[in-house]
Amino acid sequence: MIRVVLPAHLRTLARVSGEVTIEVNGPVTQRAVLDALEARYPMLRGTVRDHVTQKRRAFVRFFACEQDLSHESPDMPLPDAVVTGSEPFLIVGAMAGG
Amino acid sequence: MSSVRVLVGTRKGAFILTSDGARKRWEVQGPHFGGWELYHIKGSPIDPNRLYASQTSSWFGQVIQRSDDGGKTWNAPGTKPEDLMGSDSMPKGESNMFLYDTSAETGKPLTTHQHYDGSQRPWEFKRVWHLEPSLTDPDTVYAGVEDAALFRSTDGGRTWQELAGLRDVKGNLWQPGAGGMCLHTVMLDRTNPQRIYTAVSAAGAFRTDDGGKTWRAINRGLKSQYELPDQDADVGHCVHRIAMHPSRPNVLFMQKHWDVLRSDDAGESWHEVSGNLPTDFGFPIDVHAHEPNTIYVVPIKSDSEHYPPDGKLRMYRSRTGGNEWEALTKGLPQENCYVNILRDAMTVDQLDPCGIYFGTTGGQVYGSADGGGSWAPIVRDLPAVLSVEVQTL
Repeated sequence: MIRVVLPAHLRTLARVSGEVTIEVNGPVTQRAVLDALEARYPMLRGTVRDHVTQKRRAFVRFFACEQDLSHESPDMPLPDAVVTGSEPFLIVGAMAGG
Repeated sequence: MSSVRVLVGTRKGAFILTSDGARKRWEVQGPHFGGWELYHIKGSPIDPNRLYASQTSSWFGQVIQRSDDGGKTWNAPGTKPEDLMGSDSMPKGESNMFLYDTSAETGKPLTTHQHYDGSQRPWEFKRVWHLEPSLTDPDTVYAGVEDAALFRSTDGGRTWQELAGLRDVKGNLWQPGAGGMCLHTVMLDRTNPQRIYTAVSAAGAFRTDDGGKTWRAINRGLKSQYELPDQDADVGHCVHRIAMHPSRPNVLFMQKHWDVLRSDDAGESWHEVSGNLPTDFGFPIDVHAHEPNTIYVVPIKSDSEHYPPDGKLRMYRSRTGGNEWEALTKGLPQENCYVNILRDAMTVDQLDPCGIYFGTTGGQVYGSADGGGSWAPIVRDLPAVLSVEVQTL
């Protein structure tokens, strides 16, 4: 099971509290995790990545194992600790003032 | 006794204000969707419990929300467990998907519009500015979006299709205003279901007479000498808002970037009716519910100073369909007031006497239960108000 931490607004939208856990079949990549997340919580489609281009939205970041993975290829395997579930995959709303 | 429900969209959530027909004591509910920008909330004219809301965020994009119980509970259409499964047994989750029409069937490659620097940019969806429910079907609703286009849903907001013919009207000359290139006004004609008016900043006003397939610009008479190299251009005008009275759908009133205008022929031609206004810059314009010739505007000092002249918040009313205006000030702040009133933040109810409501960027929502003669704040300290609509129940 992959653990995913959503930002507060997306937890509200998905009507979940705390972490969510999802099953990923095959290689565990950003794309696979987001595909599984959106399949389980379809109201999140378009909120993390663009509907058409599938690119990460500009003010969303992906962290795991104290690394910023936002600019990595969506098809790069995620760290083993995320795959085994010992560390979560964090979807973060970027800091912005105001 | 009748009652009213005022739907307020703000920079940080939605609020619902309710009162009986006296409109003196108010209950304030909210925030709904706290922390999100609520650009617009509007109810179906034939099913007042059916509300549509545009929930948007610079971080997380666009969400369409729908309530079927007058705002007590909300759902993103199509994401309830019972309507999740598509034909492939996968959830659809497409209610927030606004895809510009590039289909081969309609032969419309994604066109481009003019950017601030004069270059051409492809249309790119950013948010929904305005939701206009159908006059006859609660499941049909129109969405005016940025980058400017008109979408329609016929399934209660689950899926959206662009009425792409609008972009054919010299879309390459449309350009963003300071707030973005937005389609902010959608007006439906009770007497002619095939006729729809839209307005775009900064492109102008448009009309279809065939239900949205084909469109044409209706900007003759608009003069934009400070904004456009050709002041009489077909398109490019920064129209801020259009209003009509449902009993007289060929008479339109417009608050343009500068100038208040009127058309008596469904937009074929316009003439200025700014008259004795202290300034003819502003955003909202609306028509009295029972007096088709009585109109309201809120003059704003200028396009570089988005606040009322002299620090005095004054609604102006014309009982003559323009040109002759009177200031309405009773109950409104007459010193040190520097708020703005945005284009979708004024509305009228259907009671008699007619109620008028507007919200400010300072977070106040003011109401008048006597056609504008006197005003009182319904609530004072909301986040900046983006939109105000009212339902007469």
